[in-house]
Amino acid sequence: MTNLTLTPALALGDDALVLSHRLGEWAGNAPVLEEEVALANIALDLLGQARILLSLAGDEDELAYLREERQFRNLQLVEQPNGDFAHTIARQLYFSVYQQLLFDHLATGGTELAPLAAKAVKETSYHRDHAEQWTLRLGDGTDESHTRMQRGLDALWRFTGELFEPVDGLDAPWAALHDEWTTRITALLERATLTLPQGPQRGAWTAGGGRQGLHTEPFGRMLAEMQHLHRSHPGASW
Amino acid sequence: MVTTTALTALEEKLLAAAGSVPDPELPVLTLAELGVLRGLRLASPDRVEVQLTPTYTGCPAIEAMSADIERVLHEHGIPEVEVRTVLSPPWTTDAITAEGRRKLAAFGIAPPRPAGPAGGPVTVDLTIRCPHCGSTDTTLLSRFSSTACKALRRCETCREPFDHFKEL
Repeated sequence: MTNLTLTPALALGDDALVLSHRLGEWAGNAPVLEEEVALANIALDLLGQARILLSLAGDEDELAYLREERQFRNLQLVEQPNGDFAHTIARQLYFSVYQQLLFDHLATGGTELAPLAAKAVKETSYHRDHAEQWTLRLGDGTDESHTRMQRGLDALWRFTGELFEPVDGLDAPWAALHDEWTTRITALLERATLTLPQGPQRGAWTAGGGRQGLHTEPFGRMLAEMQHLHRSHPGASW
Repeated sequence: MVTTTALTALEEKLLAAAGSVPDPELPVLTLAELGVLRGLRLASPDRVEVQLTPTYTGCPAIEAMSADIERVLHEHGIPEVEVRTVLSPPWTTDAITAEGRRKLAAFGIAPPRPAGPAGGPVTVDLTIRCPHCGSTDTTLLSRFSSTACKALRRCETCREPFDHFKEL
């Protein structure tokens, strides 16, 4: 685990791994069976991405199970706890629109990430569609669902600025992606009778972000759960 | 997409054998009908290399497919079999053969329509025919079903729920 440098594969692989784990936490807890299955399927797609990306960066299992919190390079957005269903949908919306835009760009480039991006972007379209349909339904639903959806969007807004901060070694038109992301989110929230959050897209207290290995408090607890079995039984298989 | 150079008679035979392996999750389809076999090459008389592409990035069936291909080719007298996973170009539901589509429908799974451009908008409300009664009056229940590659729908005519192999 020495010589760990931030590579684009590590950053994007960690995004996929951490969000996959968070979505997996819905198993047994989702509001309806169909959503249990949907969230698990999205988690599975993300886990597939993580395995390929982390294998480009090193040994996938060592990277997933034996790193400390500060060595993870994922965005703070994806490590945020699930909250209620609307909160999870807000996180899915912000992330899947970002991921589709970024992977669309990477798919046409000549980097080692291109084959994975070209494949994953098709799956990401379904993730985005799922998040958009639910945002519309909850936003334009009952007073209660509207309130909760807006609350989720507002609470996660301060983690969205980090999505478009340049990643070392990853050549992408970050400002243009950010503009396009804002345009799409704005249009969707309008259709859903929701309001685009107005606050800063970064917490005033942050001394850096996930890409630098600085994470929010809930992430440590998530990692403890995710890594517990592997660390307690090194080398175990089944 | 299968190979760029012509196959020898033996390679043809081995490719047919590998292609006849049933999909572990949809056993009505063979790997050839699913369109996931990308190539086969006899590297030496004892060694064959097979290229396999996953349907979905996280599809857990890929490991069972690899093991089944190895077993079948061992049975055809090849001691060394290497199955490599290739991602590019990405698999699409357009790679499912006409016979594969017919078998899916007969099995009760609505086959995929022609896929749109990668990353494009996902169309969710075009007509999908009920595989049980043939009605076109069907509605989407969930974009994700028993596996990532299927959506769950219901027929409004015969009231039966069914899986739809969604376009990718």
